[in-house]
Amino acid sequence: MPKLMGTVLLVLMVLPLTFGACSTKSTQTKKRAVTVAGSTSVMPFTEKLAEHFMVDHPNFIVDVQGGGSTAGIQACLNNTVDIGMSSRQLKNEEKRLNQIIVCYDGISLVLNPRNPISDLSLKDVRDIYSGKIKNWKELGWIDRRIDAVTREEGSGTRGSFEELVMKNEEIDDGIMVQDSNGSVKEVVATDPYAIGYISLGLVDNRVKAVIIDGVGPSIDAIKLGQYKIVRPFLYVTHGELDDSGKEFINFVLSPIGQNVLKKEGLIGAYD
Amino acid sequence: MIKKAFTKEHVVKYILVAFALSSLLFLFLIFIFILAEGIPLFHKVGLKNIIFGFKWAPTKGSFGIFPMIVSSFLVTFGALIVGAPLGLSCAIYLSEYSGKRLKLFLKPALELLAGIPSVVYGFLGVIYIVPLVRNHIGGPGFSLLATSIILGVMIFPTVISISFDALMSVPKTYREGSFAMGATKWQTIYKVIVPSAKSGILASFILGMGRAIGETMAVIMVAGNALKIPTSILDPLRTLTSNIALELAYATGDHRLGLFSTGVVLLIIIMTLNYIASFAIRRKVLK
Repeated sequence: MPKLMGTVLLVLMVLPLTFGACSTKSTQTKKRAVTVAGSTSVMPFTEKLAEHFMVDHPNFIVDVQGGGSTAGIQACLNNTVDIGMSSRQLKNEEKRLNQIIVCYDGISLVLNPRNPISDLSLKDVRDIYSGKIKNWKELGWIDRRIDAVTREEGSGTRGSFEELVMKNEEIDDGIMVQDSNGSVKEVVATDPYAIGYISLGLVDNRVKAVIIDGVGPSIDAIKLGQYKIVRPFLYVTHGELDDSGKEFINFVLSPIGQNVLKKEGLIGAYD
Repeated sequence: MIKKAFTKEHVVKYILVAFALSSLLFLFLIFIFILAEGIPLFHKVGLKNIIFGFKWAPTKGSFGIFPMIVSSFLVTFGALIVGAPLGLSCAIYLSEYSGKRLKLFLKPALELLAGIPSVVYGFLGVIYIVPLVRNHIGGPGFSLLATSIILGVMIFPTVISISFDALMSVPKTYREGSFAMGATKWQTIYKVIVPSAKSGILASFILGMGRAIGETMAVIMVAGNALKIPTSILDPLRTLTSNIALELAYATGDHRLGLFSTGVVLLIIIMTLNYIASFAIRRKVLK
C-alpha cells in the first residue's frame, strides 16, 4: 500500500510536466483555424459571428480572445493572431495594418433610472468628465456630488469617448474608473447619482440612456447621422490573410453576418 | 533488492530537491523579470518623475504614481485600524479565555475565513458595503472607507493566527508568576502576556499590512480607482496593485513599462514589510 502511494505521488509530481506538452496538439490537425483577438467590446459579437460561421463551415475553428483593442492590434502586428479586433480608430503608427470596418456602434451616456435628468448637452458631459461640473445642482437636480465613472486608460471605448466627446480636454483625475462595460453599467445601475458611458448594444432597462443635444442614442438616429457619438468596430490584418481568414471576413461582411450584428443592436457596415 | 530500494530513495530525493529549488528559481525569475521590464522607464523618465509625479496619463507620457503610493498606504492603514484591534482581541480571547472545545471550533472557522477567495470579498463589498456607505454616510460609496473595511476583514485571519501563536508561546510560568503576585487575569494579560508577545503581535500586524497592500481584486471592485489622492475617507482611490491589474490588458509600449515600474515600487514596499516582519519574529525567537 505505501509503495502504491509512493508511485502515485511520483506520477502526480511528474504529471504537470508532461501533460502540458501533449494535450494541446491533437484537436487542430484537420480543421482550419482562424484566431481573432482584441477589443473586449467587439469580442462578444465576434463570438456570435464565429458560432454562426462554424455551423455553416464545420471544418473551421474560429478562436476568439479578448485582451483589449491595443493588445489585439499589437498581436496582429506581431503576427500572433490572424485578425485583430479594435473598437477605436488606428493610431498613426498602426496605420500599416489593413482595416476592415465590420459595423458601427454607438456609445451611450447612461444614468440611473431614478435620476430625473434625461437630456444633457455634449458640453455638459464634457464638463462633468473634465471636472468643471461636480454637482447635480448645476444641472438642475439636487445638491449632491456627481459620481462619474470612466473606463481605464488604453480601453477602446475610452479612446473613442475622449476623441468624440472630450475633444481636447482631459478626463479629470477625480473621476472613478472601472475596467469593463459591465462594471460601469453595474455602478450606474446601483448608484442613483452616477453617470457613465457604455456600448449602445449593452443598454437595457437597468440604466437610462441619456439624450444628447436633443437626440437620443438609437440605431435610426445613428443611421441618419444625428447621433454623433459613434465609433467603428474594426477588424485589422497584417499583410495578406490566408484563405481561412478571408473566408471568415467574407462571411462577416455578407448579408447573413451583417444580420447577426444588427440583431445584436449594432449598425451594419453598409448602412 | 536493498540496492534497488536505495536507488529509488535517491531518485525521490533528487526529484524533491529539484522541485524545492524550482520555487527559489521562480522567485528569482520573477524578480529579474520585473526589474528588467521596470527599470528602463526609470532611466527614461527619471526616478523622481515616477515616484513623486502626481499625474498618471501613461498614453500621454506622464507616469507619476505618487497618488497611488499614498493611496496604497492609506488603505493599508485603514485595514489595520479595522482589522488589528479585532484580530488582536480575538487572539487574546482564543489564547487566554476560551475553552478547548470553543477553540477547536473557532480556529478552523478562522482558517476558512482566510481561504475565501478575494473576489468574493470584493463582490460582497460591492453589493453590501458600497451601497451602505453611499446611502448612510455619503460619497459615491466606492471609497477609502469601504476598501478599508473589506481589507480589514481580509487581514483578520492573518493577524489572529500569528498573534495567537505569539501569545501561546509566552511561557506558562509568566502567567503563574503574575497570578502569584496577586494580579487579576486582565492585569496579567495587559501587563505581562501582551508585552512579552509584543514582537510577534507586531509581526502579525506587519504581515497583515503586506497582505492588504498586495490585495488586488477586492480593491479594484470597491475602491473606485480614481487617480487623485483622496481628501476624505469617502473619496475613491487607486492603489498600486489595482493600477497594474486595471490597465495591463490594454497597455503597450511605455504604458506597459510604466505598469512594470509600478510593480517594482510595489515589490520593494512588500519586501521591506516582510523583512521587518521576519526581523521582528526572529528577535522574539532569540530572546
